[in-house]
Amino acid sequence: MAVQIETGRPRPAAGVARRFRPDIWTWAAFGVAAFTTAPILAVVVLALGSGVDVWRHLADTVLPHYVQQTLILMLGTGLGTFIIGTGTAWLTATCRFPGRRLFEWALLLPMAVPAYIIAYVYTDLLEYAGPVQSALRELMGWASARDYRFPEIRSPGGAIAMMTLVLYPYVYLLARSAFLDQAGSILEAGRVLGRGPWRNFISVALPLARPAIVVGVSLVCMEVLNDFGTVDFFAVQTFTAGIYDVWLNMNNPAGAAQLATALMVFVLLLLAAERLGRRHKRFDTKVRRLAGASTQDLPPVQAALAIAACGLPVLLGFAVPALVLGRYALRFGGGLSAGDLLSHSLNSLLLSGLAAVLAAALGLLMAYGVRLNGGRAVRGAARLASIGYAVPGAVLAVGVLLPLARFDNALDGLLRQSFGVSSGLLLSGTLFAVLYGFLARFMALSYGAAESGLARITPNMEGAARTLGANRWQVLKRVHVPLLRGSLLTGILLVFVDGMKELPMTMLLRPFNFETLATFVHQYASDELLEECSLAALAIVGAGILPVIALSRTISSRRGEAGP
Amino acid sequence: MKSYLRIVLGALMLGGVLTSAVWAETRQINLYSYRQPFLIQPLLEAFTAQSGIKVNVVFARKGMLERIKAEGANSPADAVLTVDIGRLSDMVDAGVLAPVKSKVLEANIPAAYRHPQGLWFGLTTRARILFVSKDRVKPGEVASYENLADPKLKGRVCIRSGKHLYNISLLASIILHKGEAAAESWLRGLKANLARKPQGNDRAQAKAVYEGVCDVGIANTYYMGKMQTNDKKPEQKAWAEAVRVVFPNQAGRGTHVNISGAAVLKGSKRKADAIRLIEYLSSAPAQKIYAEQNFEYPVKAGVKLHPLVKSWGDFTPDSANLSQISAHRAEAARLIDKTGFDH
Repeated sequence: MAVQIETGRPRPAAGVARRFRPDIWTWAAFGVAAFTTAPILAVVVLALGSGVDVWRHLADTVLPHYVQQTLILMLGTGLGTFIIGTGTAWLTATCRFPGRRLFEWALLLPMAVPAYIIAYVYTDLLEYAGPVQSALRELMGWASARDYRFPEIRSPGGAIAMMTLVLYPYVYLLARSAFLDQAGSILEAGRVLGRGPWRNFISVALPLARPAIVVGVSLVCMEVLNDFGTVDFFAVQTFTAGIYDVWLNMNNPAGAAQLATALMVFVLLLLAAERLGRRHKRFDTKVRRLAGASTQDLPPVQAALAIAACGLPVLLGFAVPALVLGRYALRFGGGLSAGDLLSHSLNSLLLSGLAAVLAAALGLLMAYGVRLNGGRAVRGAARLASIGYAVPGAVLAVGVLLPLARFDNALDGLLRQSFGVSSGLLLSGTLFAVLYGFLARFMALSYGAAESGLARITPNMEGAARTLGANRWQVLKRVHVPLLRGSLLTGILLVFVDGMKELPMTMLLRPFNFETLATFVHQYASDELLEECSLAALAIVGAGILPVIALSRTISSRRGEAGP
Repeated sequence: MKSYLRIVLGALMLGGVLTSAVWAETRQINLYSYRQPFLIQPLLEAFTAQSGIKVNVVFARKGMLERIKAEGANSPADAVLTVDIGRLSDMVDAGVLAPVKSKVLEANIPAAYRHPQGLWFGLTTRARILFVSKDRVKPGEVASYENLADPKLKGRVCIRSGKHLYNISLLASIILHKGEAAAESWLRGLKANLARKPQGNDRAQAKAVYEGVCDVGIANTYYMGKMQTNDKKPEQKAWAEAVRVVFPNQAGRGTHVNISGAAVLKGSKRKADAIRLIEYLSSAPAQKIYAEQNFEYPVKAGVKLHPLVKSWGDFTPDSANLSQISAHRAEAARLIDKTGFDH
């Protein structure tokens, strides 16, 4: 089997006591975890509240259907993103073919396209009145919908296709950075032992990249679980659709919170099962990129196939929707003034940028604390803190506003009582609240990136640094952060791009008169009027592109660095 | 380092003083809106121009009530603007609304469209109507909601998700009038007649009739006006052209209508100004803008309808009390589940 995967009990990082002895790093990790877990706990507390029992009714009626549809969607999208994500990551990381440099970053572009927008665009193209079917009818002489069968885009299959197209970059980004980090000598060893590139990929590179790929695919699955816009548009009844129904139509927030809690437990179990699967395995490589993995020239036919494999996702996931939006914008006008466009864009950039940097810092802090301590408690806390990503956005948003309002009102009461002054709502309805919402939601991204990056650094490294007299802070600053640069940037990039698209948190938690590109687009898109706001939709995509390119260049430039 | 900190603190305090001074100078109220900003902005601007009161808005839907409840007495919001009686009823039940007594509102808004204690006020109405194919449905062939469940229409009906607010309210009205068992068998009949799985918004149902996917769609009135006047997407005029507007149950209880409305929040510190906004929204000029912008029916008597809205014809609305209809919403949502309507 795989080279360099050691079996045996995982060792705690060198110089760390085995029994639970909380130091400042552990407390920091706990602190970050508590901060981002508060909204999740608020949802659980809400679930304990009284409310009409919904389970009986749901179990008798729609629950099996919800569960089935959700699983189909999750498995389909998970598989699709795994194949496209790791395949293209492997091709661009280890093979040389024309256009590879371009694809390195272009493959990330679909990430900037919100799923509900790509769903809208393809529905417009592929439904009965759209250009594709119209052309077919013209060509074949069909008169009406009753003369032929065309696959229905508003279906689970359609939803899987749309989500796969915009979500595969999560897997691509993480897998690629893992492939790039793999010591060339390991793959060389595989090659010397007579393995072709394909078998090397399957039996060496893929197993070694497993932690990163797992993080990527589980992020995709969580994104699928929390999605409402796309499934609602495609009339697919998932568990999340059920949560909103119980909450808003049956006016039963407690019941909805119970369903959301069940969803979180499901995700935690799934992640735990995967961890169980790779228990006793370690993925750090002792040989640290003395030379990066060397690239191989592909013969012409294979090169053409590689170009197709990398080009198609970019074409379908980015070029087509961007062109359609561009055409709308030209045809229907922008729908907003230049000043508004600028201020909405600045708001979006400011929020996403701040959230991305903060989340990266907090994610690293938590991941480092977990690594140093290694205890079950802190590990569990960290995992809980990153579960927010799987919770339907509006439910988590309520989870954010409950503790904030509780804090604000308590503070106000205290000040009134003791000083006779009122602080009103200090944090609720401010940008802080929105930012907090982003952190609660996106911690999974930055923590996942930091954690998978740390997993690839051998504890011997910090052992050596500690022996040489460095303290933990210095180890973090001078050993880990430089080594983790790629992973941290990946985390920043993921949070940033997701933040640009973020809707439910911003909607519910925002201050008065505060509009981002996503909220502006939503007021039209929610009524299927995307053409009215195409310019802003295009701006979401456009604003995401530059950082995507810049960061991806930085990540790939590490290739040129000398190994430590 | 310390002096740097002092400068930052000083700047923050100065900023605070300045903004609060600005706040004190202009009168303003804060609005939580379930309605899209682009729909209400012209009205709010007109109000500000007339009264000098600036209106700050947060537009949100899911979780808005939870936000109001959580913020409690300290909530900065003064008023809330929404559509659908269901949301208004939820807010009444949650106890977050303030009773309002206003001669202007009582004069402008018929009693049927406001809360008896003045907890909420309807501002416009919209009817849930049928879009029937001009070519494939004879006049009079489909004339009631009950007809939709008739096996004669098998494979010929289109509708958006049963779980949508508008359909939940329609079903709740049928439960109120006919009882739950009859409503269930109606729903099953309707489901059996569907040409496709429930999907799209109301406009998409007219499109489906135009495309020949089905012969009858269910929709709110204003979608007709929006399609008929859509210069940006002129193909929508063709969709509207393909359908005839039918107001159901004119021979009986009348067509189901719903409202958009406004309410003053209990925690408001500027109740007088908030009431002033709602009074303005119920006034003739505002009702005219409202009606014209979104092709809705004004609640104030004597306000001229948009010519297009007028062209759809007069109709008798279902006179059942909206709050009573709304009380059956949870049952309606459960019936949708029970019949697997959306699958």
